Amino acid sequence: MTIDHRAPPPPSGPVPWDKDFAQRLLADMLRTRRMEEKCAELYGAGKIRGFLHLYIGEEAVAAGALAALRAEDNVVATYREHGHALLRGMSMGAIMAEMYGKREGCARGRGGSMHLFDAQTRLFGGNAIVAGGLPLATGLGLAAQMLNEDRVTACFFGDGAVAEGAFHESLNLAALWKLPVLFCCENNLYGMGTAIERAEAQTDFCAKAASYAMPAQRVDGMDIVAVHEATQQAVQRVRGGGPMFLEYQTYRFRAHSMFDAELYRDKAEVEEWKTRGPIHTFTARLKSEGKLTEEAFLALDAAAQREVEDAVAFAEAGGWEPVADLLKDVHTS
Amino acid sequence: MTRRLSYREAVREAMREALQNDPRVFLMGEDVGCYGGTYAFSKGFLEEFGPERIRDTPLSELGFVGAGIGAALGGLRPIVEVMTVNFSLLALDQIVNTAALYRHMSGGQFSVPLVIRMCTGAGRQLAAQHSHSFEGWYAHIPGIKVLAPATLEDARGMLAPALADPDPVVIFEHCQLFNTEGELPDDWRVDIASAKVRRAGKDVAIITYGGCLPKALAAAETLAAQGIEAEVLDLRVLRPLDTASIVAAVAKCHRAVVVDENWKSGGFAAEVVARIMESAFFELDAPVARVCSEEVPIPYAKHLEDAALPQADKIVAAVKGLFS
Ligand SMILES: Cc1ncc(C[n+]2csc(CCOP(=O)(O)OP(=O)(O)O)c2C)c(N)n1
Ligand SMILES: [Mg+2]
Repeated sequence: MTIDHRAPPPPSGPVPWDKDFAQRLLADMLRTRRMEEKCAELYGAGKIRGFLHLYIGEEAVAAGALAALRAEDNVVATYREHGHALLRGMSMGAIMAEMYGKREGCARGRGGSMHLFDAQTRLFGGNAIVAGGLPLATGLGLAAQMLNEDRVTACFFGDGAVAEGAFHESLNLAALWKLPVLFCCENNLYGMGTAIERAEAQTDFCAKAASYAMPAQRVDGMDIVAVHEATQQAVQRVRGGGPMFLEYQTYRFRAHSMFDAELYRDKAEVEEWKTRGPIHTFTARLKSEGKLTEEAFLALDAAAQREVEDAVAFAEAGGWEPVADLLKDVHTS
Repeated sequence: MTRRLSYREAVREAMREALQNDPRVFLMGEDVGCYGGTYAFSKGFLEEFGPERIRDTPLSELGFVGAGIGAALGGLRPIVEVMTVNFSLLALDQIVNTAALYRHMSGGQFSVPLVIRMCTGAGRQLAAQHSHSFEGWYAHIPGIKVLAPATLEDARGMLAPALADPDPVVIFEHCQLFNTEGELPDDWRVDIASAKVRRAGKDVAIITYGGCLPKALAAAETLAAQGIEAEVLDLRVLRPLDTASIVAAVAKCHRAVVVDENWKSGGFAAEVVARIMESAFFELDAPVARVCSEEVPIPYAKHLEDAALPQADKIVAAVKGLFS
């Protein structure tokens, strides 16, 4: 199967939501975008170090999908998880402070950008081993099943993870045992510099899930309406019994990490995908339906920017974990 | 005569030469081609040698390392690049249960002439999952050779004998060395059997390898200013280990500090200390000391990461402790 890297037409069509809900999801995307734009700037300034993988361009997936979950559900994510952490309910300050390596960060500076964790919102990381989260999500599903808890585990991972053994072993186990796990594949066409057709003999990911007798569906990941509606239905189905696979077709606008010269894709391709940007296309749809005014948009954006400023101020004001505590938390006691 | 270049360029040159000289050699791994190599080791190779020989793989460490083993058995000379030692854990079964065992299990019928290269070590604020130093684990396994090039000569020179070796060789390149620059002598040919003295001294032997070598040399300079002449021994080859050179250094200096980035408990330094106990105990004027990583996953924050790793000042302190 050959893969068309060109962007399909921008998302359009009616938004089946009331104004408040629609604006909330727009705000979620804006908050994620503004936070990450700031992160890129702070990386340049040397405030954030290590690896930094931006989600810019892919925000509709986390925003639309996470809004379909309940507080008692579980979330497992990758190293490209800033948006998932924020939209799962972590404070932007705790995220930013973690990226600064400050003690006010969610892992008190131990993890950084790739390892955001939050027990309160049941975010089980932030995993920087490709496909490392899938077996874990399968186990969380097993626990929910055995403990008779009504909990869905949403596991996010990239297209690159699909080539790993852990993907195949996890899908098989989850399907075999009918575990309440939603496998959320964020297919942005590339794993680092490797386009999916250069990594996959079968580029139809839904066919792979189907080979494990798992229901699977492809979703336009640039369209927050499609993402949310599909995830909502999928979550319901998973709650009823058995896993499901969703492939969100999306695109990363920025480099893989801050060290990537982007030799492997055309600028024109990136520009074309930007015309499908999840934020401006959704904004336009809401405006055309009378669900958003320009003033309301500016207010949402200003609020997002204020939140970012506050988060940065919080991180700046934070302190360093004392070196005397270096060995803390290796074991429980 | 010498010529100035970086560690990265030295590795590049070595691979280029191997690809040019032997049609059986090919390079395989994640993002070695289109991306230009995760650490730019193979930038431009795809254009020069083509996609058959500069082979991008999917994210399938177990699969492509195993395929490298098969290709080696089938008559090729693969260089398999595993992006980092951290991800080699996904391929550990193939390396340990297949590559290392085949010659012995087949009664000497099948050798696996495979070279696996990977980046190792911490120091770049990449946090716990991206900062491991597992070369000591690999050195535990009979059936593979384990190399740790720390100098330009070794970065340039170790690949050719590794490829010529009929058995699997695993090469660990420390991420902190890639940008180091220096003078490469015209005669850079090296063996993959012996340790090497990088600085002569008489008062204490600092025994190390890989990413800790520059730290050991820096410590030796500080110590020299304080009247202690340290000999710095670069192990270079972790398996098979050159015990004779270790013993010689201890016999000369009568004091020893072993430095490596593994965790201390069960780490590689413990093996070196044990060899000293077995073969040079009566040469010692003081107990052997170790400087290793603290017993903690490597943290992200810079001040914590620095504190977790061996550093020149810790080496200096350990040496001075032997004289007090
Ligand atoms: C097991 C493993 N191998 C290699 C890497 C290095 N690596 C980090 S991200 C990445 C690309 C993953 O691509 P994909 O799953 O599509 O996620 P995306 O980055 O596109 O969101 C690679 C190769 C890793 N972290 N883990
Ligand atoms: Mg991807």
